[in-house]
Amino acid sequence: MSGPRRGFRVLLAGARGAARSRGYPSTVDFRDSEAEAAFRSRLSRWLADNIPERWGTAAWVEPQGEERLGFYRGWSRKLYDAGFIGLTWPKRYGGHEAPVSFQAILLEELARVEAPEHLGVIGMGMAGPTILAHGTEEQKDRFLRNILTGEEVWCQGFSEPDAGSDLASLRTRAVADGDDWVVTGQKVWSSFAHVADRCILVARSEDTGRKHEGLTYFLMDMHAPGVETRPLRQMTGDAEFNEIFMDGVRIPGDMVVGEPGQGWMVAITTLMNERANLGFALTARLDVATRKLIALARSTPRDGGVASDDPLVRDRVASLWIDLQGLRFTNYRAFSSFLKTGAPGPEGSVAKLFWSETNQRLTKTALDVEGTFALLDGGSDRAVADGYWQHAELRSRGNSIEGGTSEILRNIIAERVLSLPKSR
Amino acid sequence: MDFAFTEEQELLRRAARELMDDRYPLDRVIGVADAAEGFPRDEWSAIAEVGWTGIAVPESDGGAGLGSLDELIVVEELGRALYPGPFLGCVVMALPILQAAGASELVANVVSGERVATVAWAGEDGRFDVDPAPKLSWDGERLSGTRLFVPGLGESDLLVVVGATPEGTAAWAVDRGSRGVAWRELPTVDRTRRMGEVVLQDAPAAMLRIEGDRVLSAVRDRALAALAAEAVGAGSRAIDLALDHARTRQQFGRPIGAFQAVSHQLAQAFAEVETARSLVYWAGWAVSQNAPEASVAAAAARVRAGEAAAFACERAIQVHGGIGFTWEHPLHRFYKRVLAIGAFLGSADELRARVAASILD
Repeated sequence: MSGPRRGFRVLLAGARGAARSRGYPSTVDFRDSEAEAAFRSRLSRWLADNIPERWGTAAWVEPQGEERLGFYRGWSRKLYDAGFIGLTWPKRYGGHEAPVSFQAILLEELARVEAPEHLGVIGMGMAGPTILAHGTEEQKDRFLRNILTGEEVWCQGFSEPDAGSDLASLRTRAVADGDDWVVTGQKVWSSFAHVADRCILVARSEDTGRKHEGLTYFLMDMHAPGVETRPLRQMTGDAEFNEIFMDGVRIPGDMVVGEPGQGWMVAITTLMNERANLGFALTARLDVATRKLIALARSTPRDGGVASDDPLVRDRVASLWIDLQGLRFTNYRAFSSFLKTGAPGPEGSVAKLFWSETNQRLTKTALDVEGTFALLDGGSDRAVADGYWQHAELRSRGNSIEGGTSEILRNIIAERVLSLPKSR
Repeated sequence: MDFAFTEEQELLRRAARELMDDRYPLDRVIGVADAAEGFPRDEWSAIAEVGWTGIAVPESDGGAGLGSLDELIVVEELGRALYPGPFLGCVVMALPILQAAGASELVANVVSGERVATVAWAGEDGRFDVDPAPKLSWDGERLSGTRLFVPGLGESDLLVVVGATPEGTAAWAVDRGSRGVAWRELPTVDRTRRMGEVVLQDAPAAMLRIEGDRVLSAVRDRALAALAAEAVGAGSRAIDLALDHARTRQQFGRPIGAFQAVSHQLAQAFAEVETARSLVYWAGWAVSQNAPEASVAAAAARVRAGEAAAFACERAIQVHGGIGFTWEHPLHRFYKRVLAIGAFLGSADELRARVAASILD
């Protein structure tokens, strides 16, 4: 007993000394530092001045066709020129080498004002970090800055009709031909593919009998002959995703990331980054949805008062709000561990799993608050919020499927975090 | 913003765990829980000796001079160990009231471990109200009234009695051994933290000069955050027990953890407890800073941590199968502690109502 006891005394003294030298006993701090606060206020002023007029109001008219892409490209460039994009990336590729907390602030503020989206969602969240981790110098120089400026839009070619959760069983083929590769196959669930210039693509280049071997990771030109995209209509009626068909597409040998045949390991980097980055953006969006739900509950007439007087509604909203805070601070913790280790950890899987379930519960709550009016879709003066929650609820069903199904995330947690034996 | 603990805090956590592993392994905790006399009073001095009784008390008052966030780190480990001593009532709840009252002699006695204090707060309706606190009668010298759910009453000799008189909310120091003080233990389901009932009938008492409402609500928030930290500690330990079992128990020729019907329950429990842990650190930070959100953060943390830890215990029991349902297996000890956490200082429904008021009204 005396050992640990004495040790503890010494430790308390050490902790006290460290606390004194910092002027406060802990570095855990949920407030913005001075630099962070300055960045946040500069950003929020900039957004107030630069978000297009009428954006987010009923009067906003979404540009169509080529003009639409032009609008978002212009907006992306504007964000970049103002110094808000690529915050954590190396300066030499157009980044700012700022602390990760600045990126968190950016995502929070963009979501708070529901700003238009930067075109580089896949580029910044998936392609870029993968190229940074495994790409050649030439690839970094060629692609990274254009991701940030919005000049080149990226999409992802991972999932296939017969390779969803079991990604490694994919069948798109890459055959070496001189210095080039020739790729044939089909990809699915690809956001931005219809407007993308480049695609991070995983294809089978070799059959070794082991499915995690013989995969190669490519940077494919979406304008190359043989590439065709087709929109996929989802249950909301929107078409956010596409199918990509590749028929004898030639990809130059210097567009391989990592070694040929080693694409699985590279793809894992992409997926871990996807979750780490998404976590923050999605939580920020959930924050916005929670505020909308609170506004809905406060404004929906019920029994001579409003829905937010109802103890059952209050209980559900409070519960969702608590989950939102849990998610927010889990993301912060994940970012802090990211800072320490330099690689996204499994917290991203925890956050994504929790987020999708929370968002599904939230949208369902909103429909219950609407009561009978939950029947109505947008486009009627009788509809509540022009069908926002009807759309949101249907869209939320995709949350537990996209970016790793909840089942796959539980596998990841069970096997990689909890060290349980593999189920397969 | 920074959400990582310092190296010193990580060391503090590790040392706390080592000390608990060394001094309070599960069989020892179970021994204390099942003993008629409960926690041996003489073991408290060991806790004082390592400095835990005054971890958040300034050095000038004989403490370690750290903050309530550091205290929370220790409390999480106490929860993980199911530490059966009177830490919550004494260090987390009674001590801050004595400090606020400037009762320096009593503070010194508690920090040194010479005296064990606890808080007598809930009235006969079981509620820990702050404004107004449960009623008492006070004639300027003597105090009368009944207090329930006094944590660690059997181990304590100093009662910090909380209550409202027509003049407002106040607190008193009462010797448990005084005339006019009758007490008994209540048969709590959780035997690792016993609670009692005390009946004061014209008991001699010293009024503590505190700004009643403010101090009590701060103590309540601090205790809610501590309960949440305990829950996260206990829930994590339950998951660890289940993981050990799932990795080694063989059925159908494989370790049962290879079956997704088993592993996914534990993955889900882990996700819930980790999310709750984030709330605990937020609440711990807010409480340590007296931040405006302290009250709502502490309530949120207690709600979510209580639920997550109960879920973790329930999944752990399920994953263990029949053995998890037996008296001899330690899991029910964790489950009972976690259920007790969920019932102390307000139900989840009550606390969610507090959160709702802050976001909806």
